[in-house]
Amino acid sequence: MSEVQGFLDRLSERAAARGAEPTWIAARRQAGAARFEALGFPDRKVEAWKYTDVRGIARGDFALAESADFSPASAAALTLPIAAHRLSFVDGVFAPALSDLGELSAGVSVERLSQALAANHEAVGGALGRLAGVDFSPFTALNTAFAEEGAVIRLAPGAVVERPIVLQFLSSAGATPRMSHPRVLVTAGARSQATLIEHQVGEEGAANFSNLVSEVLLERGAILTHYKLQELPQTDHHIASLHVDQARDSRFTSFNLNLGGALARNDIVSDLNGQGAEANFFGLFFGQGRQLLDTHTLVNHNAPLTFSNENYKGILDDRARGIFNGKVIVKRDSQKIEAHQNNANLLLSDRAEIDTKPELEIYADDVKCSHGATTGQLDEEAVFALRARGIDEATARGLLTLAFAGEVMEQVAIDAVAERVELAVAGKLPERFNLAGLVEAAVALHEE
Amino acid sequence: MASEEMEQLVRRDYKQGFVTDIESDTVPPGLDEGTIAFISQKKGEPEWMLEWRLKAYHQWLKMTPPSWAHLDYPPIDYQAISYYSAPKKPEDRPQSLDEVDPKLLETYEKLGIPLHERAALAGVAVDAVFDSVSVTTTFKEKLAEAGVIFCSISEAIREHPELVKQYLGTVVPTSDNYFAALNSAVFTDGSFVFVPEGVTCPMELSTYFRINAANTGQFERTLIVCESRAQVSYLEGCTAPQRDENQLHAAVVELVALEDAYIKYSTVQNWYPGDEDGKGGIYNFVTKRGDCRGDRSRISWTQVETGSAITWKYPSCVLRGKDSIGEFYSVAVTNGRQQADTGTKMIHLGEGSRSSIISKGISAGRSNQAYRGLVKVGPRAKGARNFTQCDSLLIGDQCGAHTFPYQEIGNATATVEHEATTSKIGEDQLFYCQSRGISEEDAVSMIVNGFCKDVFQELPMEFAVEAEALLNVTLEGAVG
Repeated sequence: MSEVQGFLDRLSERAAARGAEPTWIAARRQAGAARFEALGFPDRKVEAWKYTDVRGIARGDFALAESADFSPASAAALTLPIAAHRLSFVDGVFAPALSDLGELSAGVSVERLSQALAANHEAVGGALGRLAGVDFSPFTALNTAFAEEGAVIRLAPGAVVERPIVLQFLSSAGATPRMSHPRVLVTAGARSQATLIEHQVGEEGAANFSNLVSEVLLERGAILTHYKLQELPQTDHHIASLHVDQARDSRFTSFNLNLGGALARNDIVSDLNGQGAEANFFGLFFGQGRQLLDTHTLVNHNAPLTFSNENYKGILDDRARGIFNGKVIVKRDSQKIEAHQNNANLLLSDRAEIDTKPELEIYADDVKCSHGATTGQLDEEAVFALRARGIDEATARGLLTLAFAGEVMEQVAIDAVAERVELAVAGKLPERFNLAGLVEAAVALHEE
Repeated sequence: MASEEMEQLVRRDYKQGFVTDIESDTVPPGLDEGTIAFISQKKGEPEWMLEWRLKAYHQWLKMTPPSWAHLDYPPIDYQAISYYSAPKKPEDRPQSLDEVDPKLLETYEKLGIPLHERAALAGVAVDAVFDSVSVTTTFKEKLAEAGVIFCSISEAIREHPELVKQYLGTVVPTSDNYFAALNSAVFTDGSFVFVPEGVTCPMELSTYFRINAANTGQFERTLIVCESRAQVSYLEGCTAPQRDENQLHAAVVELVALEDAYIKYSTVQNWYPGDEDGKGGIYNFVTKRGDCRGDRSRISWTQVETGSAITWKYPSCVLRGKDSIGEFYSVAVTNGRQQADTGTKMIHLGEGSRSSIISKGISAGRSNQAYRGLVKVGPRAKGARNFTQCDSLLIGDQCGAHTFPYQEIGNATATVEHEATTSKIGEDQLFYCQSRGISEEDAVSMIVNGFCKDVFQELPMEFAVEAEALLNVTLEGAVG
């Protein structure tokens, strides 16, 4: 309980420093704090946290960041080298120097949360928290209590954003560990289209705690592609939940790519509320050392004729632990549903562990649902086949590991993102092995 | 499926719903140390057994009922249950079938189990349990010749205490779970099988359980031990008469397989599922676990579950031995307002251990069914292998089918595969059959039987026939 109290103390310190806020915001913080106090940090008896020990967060003494200082050189190295509309935050604090929104087309608005609330608090405040209630988890409650900064993205009906919108969350290696509770809200009007990238990355040695909550509302026919690229240092703690509400004919595609963090937990929830709505979840987690990477996904088929498709790949080395829990719920009378789910895992070390649970809860009969989960190791015959062609063992294993990830990675449309992941996964390949060259050659061959 | 046919299905009567009027020696409802002492004394048990029961009782008092299952039922009042019921005059128990109460035989007759005929024709030794006391055991001599011990657990406690002491509670400890603890404290009967080293049991062993006296929960305890290179096939079949009150059933089954031993355990469960409003029906909370203790040992569970209002049952295998094998084949059919949360656990501890799980679920009416399984591979289970297939078939739009498979893999040499599908009977499949002159009812029956084939073919011959018939009866109306 004292662990909870530590966080509540931080909250009241912050409230005193912040001064007066509109009453409705204060009331929400109150509700979040009360819920967090009631729930406490989840222990292993809570089914959703059965395999994930959050004591590393609960026992940590995290301060709230006051400034967004970050070395420009290391920021430049960490930033994704793509043309984008970019907002950057350092430990949750907005970093104007590292942000560049550029030219936004008509009907598109990308703002900081604090700015958006000040300018139009009714429109923004009404949508905020609609999907991610304080009951979802103690961490969403905590986020609701603390959230001050983040991003609000609004797309008018028919608006199309050509370049990706990048939200860059940097974690700094300061003297004391810090925590941040960013909040993201996306409202996409009818037939609008955009690509959003949430990029978590940090300096070597950073040992912070970030607790992100994102809410995405897709109106009729809206199309959103969401990338999450999490490359935090292996000392960082990261919790995130992404909540999506999908109206008729909308399409949501998620790429959840997790490489970093001592502990990283991602919850993705999509509510398919209108006919023709479609959700595609792709994911990859690659754990090394003593990392713990946990993903929970939930698709609610609340309307007939809705479709979901999910493919997650897990690769675990050393003493890493991976957790995958994918759940599909088909509501009564949601007929003509198709829902498919697949989770394949590769264990590279005897001390690595994977706990996977693909769940189906189905209350309608005219459905086609399937799920599969496999765990295995590299095919020794494939390793042999490569070695027989003069490729050394380490390279052969690296290549095959990469090939295992291929099914998910080939769906990734942004090269800079794919490269980061592939380099991390095949990082053990020797220098002389020119991966990019090989890919180019393969592409050339394919085009012939 | 037409709605009136669904109606028919929901309204089907429980064919085995009748009450046999035999005077019972029943202890008043309630559970305390006195009740346990009464049971123990009635059974003529030694002191250590009473102590064992009391220890379990005290553990049970500290436990809470599990709430994680996908089941919905009112809390059970454990003080409203009578924990002992036995047909009168247990001391002059019949020595052969001819001496058995004709009323009892009549009961079995109604069930379609002509005991003597069946025993003679099928070569099956039957240890029939009527309520809580073993009434008759046949073919005992033939078994004795082979050195196989097959008797009621109460008899085993009296006659073979050293064996019971050695194995009882070693697979399912008294504190394993809420219902296992309760069973350990109050179990009244069940079977004991011991197959000595190198012996292949000359016949299939079978027990028919039947809950009879109203308000009496049945808590049977089964223990099967196969020594090195021994083999046995055990059949368990259940059916219960129609009652209004919910009847609690909390059984524990323990299997021990030593080196190279093979135990095959088959169940057909057809207890009263309650009426169309879900009233009445059996609450079935069962702990079944097999321990593949020896290298190359093998335990195989096959179950056909069509009855009970609530089923909570996870026949499991602990694959301790090197190259040991665990198997689970299950068909579960729910209809009306039945709820079933069932599945298996395969715990791989031994090197090269293998397991396969085939689970087929059919939900109809307003029933809900969940497959819940765990495949766990320990760090020392090098080269462990599991294959899981669980399919659900939905009949009607008011039922539910759920899958909760857990995989906990802690070994890079393990290969684990899980596949699951959920669908309804394809209109095109039905059309195909009907266009060839097969009636809709026959077509559905054919498709459903085909869906379950993988499991049925694992059943012993007589059971397979019975199971198919049972499936057709259960889905009568729905399939036509």
